Amino acid sequence: MAGDTESILSIRGLNVTFGTHDGEVRAVRNVDFDVRRGETVAIVGESGSGKSQSMMAVMGLLASNGRASGSARYRDQELIGLSERRLNKVRGEKITMIFQEPMTSLDPLYRIGRQISEPLIHHGGFSRKKARPRVLELLKLVGIPEPERRIDSYPHELSGGQRQRVMIAMALANDPDILIADEPTTALDVTIQAQILTLLADLQRRLGMAIVFITHDLGIVRRFADRVYVMRAGEVVEEGAAEAVFAQPQHAYTRMLLAAEPTGKKPPPPQGAPILLEGRQVEVTFRIGGGFLQGPPMLLRAVDRISIALRKNQTIGIVGESGSGKSTLGRALLRLLPSEGAIRFENRDISGADREKMRPLRRELQLVFQDPFGSLSPRMTIGQVITEGLLVHEPALSSKDRDKRAIEALREVGLDQNMRNRYAHEFSGGQRQRIAIARAIILKPKLVVLDEPTSALDRSVQKQIIDLLRDLQAAHDLSYLFISHDLAVVRAMSDYIVVMKQGRIVEEGPTERIFDNPREDYTIQLMNAAIDQTRFRQSA
Amino acid sequence: MTDTPTHAAPELLVAAPGLEMTVAGRSLWQDAWRRLRRNRAAVASAAVLLLLAFAGIVGPLAAPHPYDRIYPQYVRAPASFEAYPKTESIVPAFESVLSRARVEMGAVVVEGTTARAPIYSDEALDPRIVRYVDRSDLFENARIEELSADQKSGVMVADVNRLRFIFGTDSNGRDLLSRILIGIRVSLAIGVLASVMALLFGVTYGATAGFLGGRVDGVMMRIVDILYSLPFIFFVIQLVVFFGRNFILIFIAIGATEWLDMARIVRGQALMLKRQEFVQAAEALGVDNSGILRRHIIPNTLGPVVVFVTLLVPKAILLESLLSFLGLGVQEPLTSLGLLISDGAANIQGATWLLIYPAIALTVILFALNFLGDGLRDALDPKDR
Repeated sequence: MAGDTESILSIRGLNVTFGTHDGEVRAVRNVDFDVRRGETVAIVGESGSGKSQSMMAVMGLLASNGRASGSARYRDQELIGLSERRLNKVRGEKITMIFQEPMTSLDPLYRIGRQISEPLIHHGGFSRKKARPRVLELLKLVGIPEPERRIDSYPHELSGGQRQRVMIAMALANDPDILIADEPTTALDVTIQAQILTLLADLQRRLGMAIVFITHDLGIVRRFADRVYVMRAGEVVEEGAAEAVFAQPQHAYTRMLLAAEPTGKKPPPPQGAPILLEGRQVEVTFRIGGGFLQGPPMLLRAVDRISIALRKNQTIGIVGESGSGKSTLGRALLRLLPSEGAIRFENRDISGADREKMRPLRRELQLVFQDPFGSLSPRMTIGQVITEGLLVHEPALSSKDRDKRAIEALREVGLDQNMRNRYAHEFSGGQRQRIAIARAIILKPKLVVLDEPTSALDRSVQKQIIDLLRDLQAAHDLSYLFISHDLAVVRAMSDYIVVMKQGRIVEEGPTERIFDNPREDYTIQLMNAAIDQTRFRQSA
Repeated sequence: MTDTPTHAAPELLVAAPGLEMTVAGRSLWQDAWRRLRRNRAAVASAAVLLLLAFAGIVGPLAAPHPYDRIYPQYVRAPASFEAYPKTESIVPAFESVLSRARVEMGAVVVEGTTARAPIYSDEALDPRIVRYVDRSDLFENARIEELSADQKSGVMVADVNRLRFIFGTDSNGRDLLSRILIGIRVSLAIGVLASVMALLFGVTYGATAGFLGGRVDGVMMRIVDILYSLPFIFFVIQLVVFFGRNFILIFIAIGATEWLDMARIVRGQALMLKRQEFVQAAEALGVDNSGILRRHIIPNTLGPVVVFVTLLVPKAILLESLLSFLGLGVQEPLTSLGLLISDGAANIQGATWLLIYPAIALTVILFALNFLGDGLRDALDPKDR
């Protein structure tokens, strides 16, 4: 793919600053990039490293408080400071972009055929009628099944992977020179991720455009990129050919990123540990629609007769793709959702317990959520957030004692005590997840359901959170129900693994057995998709 | 990721053990206050509102004329900084009363609040002729000074009651400035009190309905729908019939209809908020419904609620003027900005000032409320820095 050394996009001394109430924030500092014809360039870094913002600046898509300076030349045309009208001649036609979130990048009100034809009509001078065969061609190109039927679908009728394919089709409509892919697979399930990446590689081979990959996932970089830029805190700390960077990383930060794979194993629980929580034939059914004069509701069985037993000090990993019912199961076991079947906690039957009856048990059964941005109230200080449970379960505590407990809990999760007077939005994702964990452990629970606690975090932060969770488990004899789609993380955390698909258990067994000797096709498929991406990392 | 850098924090630095970070925390209100202060339009608006509120409270006491005093001789006097009666109208008036007294006179001189003219007669001047002067509305305390020895000539001096109507007078001869001041008092009071009523009731009701959801929500919102379908005027007439005409009734009537909108807005917010993970997290902690409502739902609806309140205040002010216009609200001689404006609109051809000044007062209030509302919303949003 390389070979042609002419640089079609050359960025020199690019700076991006954001004016905020607290002064200027320099998101990108003096970076240089080169994109050559037909090559794949990866820009790697953790969230906040400025990797997206540098490309947004080139495309003129910065938020209104952002300013870009420096130079970005696309084939002798300076893009920085170009008027909106002239910039539109380049972006969307010669340089196109796909985004992370396929759910929100498509307009829900228009059929996908109309959306794909938009750039054709706008830039390519097609009429609506003439555009249609080209749209069909594009849909075929990106591998949408039955394009003749799908062309008239609305975005909500497509799956996440299909939407991302539609986005790619839109980006390819005018045969761009450069395709900027901003974390194109992060929001997708592992098996879909692999398909999308293969599609992109294939398209590049056929169409010969350059791809700029913005990602935090080194597996993708290793597999697809010719050259790599590693960014940290707005600066490029290392660049070079992909093989060279992976074989001999020069900068400490690159080495740290490469070593950020979660490692280690959880020591097994003592033999014959008592069963803490047991679910037998648990079933959760959602009613969709229905109601007054609306006819009978549709029933969706999200969890279908699942039995599970969690022992003291044990971690059970629940693995599955989105929509497999794994989060629903976790919530049903905590009695946060109505369910059928028997649930026993410490040998007490809690299956019929209502909210009142469950309240005293809540301190024993805690929950940590996936999204560290959504799970902390933006209007409460961290101190208030983590001591809220104490208000309920230890109402006799004075505010001074509560404060003391908050300090203690913060120390346990590795945060400074002064942070308790600040608000959630002042913290990074990893710190917020630590706060959410502090909120759970301040009550000294026996069981914590961890619902994808690391999926929204960068790899290096994931590793820290996993270490923290394991330390806490050892210190407090906790039992975890660990819900995740990320097999590498599950492997580092769990004693026992349950693989779920469409509300049913596909396969279950001890971690070693599942990883070394998966029996079911679905498990093997999951493993392959994940290992495709991790293989390179492990060999590095 | 597409994180904007404002959210980005140096994760690695903080997470490293042993690394201390000492940052003083700021409370939500301190923070909001700090950000509000930086918004010049909002600060200026707050100052204007405070000034107007102060004018409404103290103004009517300090104003030169009582708001209900009628000056029959100055009906629809145009706005002017010059005092009434004007010099050019004093002279002929003085001349005409003196001629009625059947005395000869010299040139009339007006100095400040006194008018003087030399008078003389063939006979001795009768001191009782001052009554002719006093009888006029314009003059008072008439006296004869510098009486000559033969009592045939002297100087007639009279005090002129000169009044200033900076904003003019209305069709009944009442000072418009005083009436605007009392109008500001009444309108702001109605706007604020009715909004507070709507706020307290609407927010609680809406948040409860939205958060509890399901059947409770259905029943609660149908009640709102039923109340919506009641015509407002009909509702007010009912209230007046039952409770008699009362100033307090206006607050209740407006508050009782305006909370419906508020309840709907807050319910929508609550429906959205209850699906947020922090609410689920609170449920998982075992927090009861009232705790979740108080600590999680209601504080997070603050942004839209503040904006809606700033729209509600002017709406209440306008509703009050409608009620007053129909004779169900504030009654003469008490007035409100709405009444003053409708009065001014009726007199727009002959007396523009009757419309202009109350309209300016109302506009200033509404502008200030809007800017302040926007500023408050931005200041209270902890995510926006």
